[in-house]
Amino acid sequence: MLSRLLSHDWPQGGLLRALLVTTAIALLTAPFLGFGATGLNVAAKVLVFILLVASFDLLLGYSGHVSFAHTMFFGVGAYGLALSMKHLGTTVVGMLAGLGGALLVSLVLSVLIGVFSLRVRAIFFAMITLAVAAVFQTFVAQQSWLTGGEDGINFRLPEFLQPSYRLIEGGLLGLDITGRVLSYYLLFVVVLVCFLALLRIVNSPFGRVLQALRENDFRAKAIGYDTLWFRVAASVLSALFATVAGFLLSLWLRYSGPDVSLSFELMVDILLMLVIGGMGTIYGAVLGATLFLLAQSYLRDLLALCFEALEGHAVAVLFDPDRWLFWLGLLFIVSVYTLPMGLVGKLRNKG
Amino acid sequence: MDLSTFITLLISGLAMGMIYFMAASGLTLVFGLMDILNFGHGLFMALGAYVALTVLNAGAGSSDLAGPGLFLWAGLVAMMAGALAGVLFERLLLKPVYGLHLSQILVTVGGLIVGEELIKMVWGSVQQPLTPPAWLEGSVQLGPVLIESFRLWVVAIGLAVFVALSIVLSRTKLGLVIRAGVEDREMIRALGYPIRRVFILVFAAGSALAALGGMLWGLYQQMVVPQIGAQLNVLVFIVIIMGGLGSTKGALVGALALGLVSNFVGFFSPTLAAFANVALMFLVLMWRPDGLYPLKKS
Repeated sequence: MLSRLLSHDWPQGGLLRALLVTTAIALLTAPFLGFGATGLNVAAKVLVFILLVASFDLLLGYSGHVSFAHTMFFGVGAYGLALSMKHLGTTVVGMLAGLGGALLVSLVLSVLIGVFSLRVRAIFFAMITLAVAAVFQTFVAQQSWLTGGEDGINFRLPEFLQPSYRLIEGGLLGLDITGRVLSYYLLFVVVLVCFLALLRIVNSPFGRVLQALRENDFRAKAIGYDTLWFRVAASVLSALFATVAGFLLSLWLRYSGPDVSLSFELMVDILLMLVIGGMGTIYGAVLGATLFLLAQSYLRDLLALCFEALEGHAVAVLFDPDRWLFWLGLLFIVSVYTLPMGLVGKLRNKG
Repeated sequence: MDLSTFITLLISGLAMGMIYFMAASGLTLVFGLMDILNFGHGLFMALGAYVALTVLNAGAGSSDLAGPGLFLWAGLVAMMAGALAGVLFERLLLKPVYGLHLSQILVTVGGLIVGEELIKMVWGSVQQPLTPPAWLEGSVQLGPVLIESFRLWVVAIGLAVFVALSIVLSRTKLGLVIRAGVEDREMIRALGYPIRRVFILVFAAGSALAALGGMLWGLYQQMVVPQIGAQLNVLVFIVIIMGGLGSTKGALVGALALGLVSNFVGFFSPTLAAFANVALMFLVLMWRPDGLYPLKKS
C-alpha cells in the first residue's frame, strides 16, 4: 500500500528515511507541538516550498531545463487566490474559481513559453524564461489597479479559514482548532497529494522518457519520441504544480505581493533548495526546503554573532547578517561541484 | 511626432543599443567559442560601473585631473578590473564545468549572487549617484534639434568598439583563430592552436567590454545599484538570442534594434516598453529561429 503510494520509489538509505519520516511527522503534528504562531508559520512555509521545489525538480532535475520563470507561475497562483477573494467574494466557490483561473493562466503562459523556446533551441529556454519572468514582474509592479503594485493585496478568506473561527474550543489535546489550524491542514493535505502525484509522474513511463531526453536527447529522438511534446508537457506540469504552491502560500498569508511570490531572490532560493536537497530525486525538495528555511533564520543569527565578535576588524563586513546570501551563494556553488545529487544523493550512497 | 523628438529618440535608442552591444559582444563570443552559457556576465558590468564611480570620485577633488583625462582613466581602470574579474571567474568557476550546460548555468548564477554580495560589501547596498563629468554634460545643436552630447559620445565609443572588434576579428591572425574556433573548435585544436589560452583572452576582453558598457550605463542612468548586473543580464540575453549566439554582427544589430524599439515604444506608451523587448525577441525568433545571423556550426 505505502509502496504503491510512493510509486515504488523508496528513499533508499537509513538516515535519509529517518530524516524524511521525522520531517513528515513534525509537519503533520506541527500545530500540536507548541511552537506557537511563528513555529506554525515556518511549518506552513516549509510545506509550500516542498511543493514548489518538487515541482521545479520535475523540470530541472528530471528533464534538465533551467527555468527562471518558475516563480512567475508561483505568483500567478498567489494572485489568483488574492484576486478571486477580493472580487468574487469569500466563498469556497470563489477559491476554486481563483485556483481554476490561475491554473488556466499558467497553462497558457507555459505552453506559449515552452513551444516558443523549446522548439527553437533548448538552450534558449533558460534565457527566455528569465526575460519573460522579468517582464511579468514589471507588469505586476505597474498594473497597480489590478495587483496592488508593490504593496500587493491583503484579503479575507472564507469564514472557516479565518483565524477568528473556532471549530472546537480548547477541545483537541488542549489546542483550539481555529481557522488557522484548518488552513494548515488544508495545506498539508494538498501538498501531500501533489507530492505523491509528482512522485507518480517522475516514475511513470513519461518520467522515464524525460530522463532519457536529459541524458541523450539525440538518441531519444532517434528511438522515435516526440521530444518537443515531452519537454513542453514537463514544463507545463511543473508550472501547474507551482501555481498550486503559490495558491497555498497566499492562502496561508492571506496576502499576495511581489516580494513574497515573484522576486528574483525567491527564484534563487528555490534553486538553492533544490541543488542542496538533490536534483532529480523529488525527495530532495523535502530536505532542501526544510533545511533552507531553518537555515535562513539560523544562519542570520549565527552571522550576527560573528559580526559582533569581530566588531572593528576589516573582515567583519563578511559576516554582516544582511550578507547571508553571500554564504548561501558560496554553499550553492560548492554543492553544484561536490554534490551532483545533493544531500539525497549523498545519503543514498551511504545507505 | 515631430522631427526633433524623432531625432532625440533615435540618438538615445542608438546610445542604449551601443551599451547593450558592448556587453553582449563578449558574451556571444564566449558562447560561440567554448559553448559556455554565462549567466554571471552582468556582474562585470556592475563592477565596471562601481570601479568607474570610485575613480571619478577620487579624481573629482583635484582640478588638474578633472577633464577628459580622468574619464579615460576611469574607463581604463574599469576595463582592467573587468578583465581581471573575468579571468578569475573563468578559472575559479567555469573551468571545472566545461561541456556541462546545466552546471554552467547554476554555477554562474551562483557566481552572480556572490559577486553582487561582494559589491555590496565594498560599495554598500544603496543606490549611488554617478554623474557624468562637467565637460560631458550639455548639449549640441544639430540642425533644429538639441542633443545631449553624452549620448553622442556613447554612440561614438560604441562604434569605435565595433570597428576595433571587427578589425581584430577579420584582419589579424588572432581574429582568424577566434573565428575558426567559433566554427569548429576541434579542428583548431587539432591544428595546434592553444584554444584554451585564446579563449581566456576572449573571456577577459569580453569582461572588459562589459565593464566599459557598465560604466557608460551607470553614467547614462546617472546612478548605480548593485542589482544592475542582474537587470542588464536580461537585456543582454535578449540581444544575443536575437542576434544569433556567437555572432558579433548579430549582437550589434540585435542591440541597436532593442535600444531603438524600447525607446520608441517607451515614448508612445511607457507601460508597453517592458513588453516591447520580449515581443521583439519573439517576433525575431518566429521569423528566424536561430537568430538573425545564425552560426553554421559543423
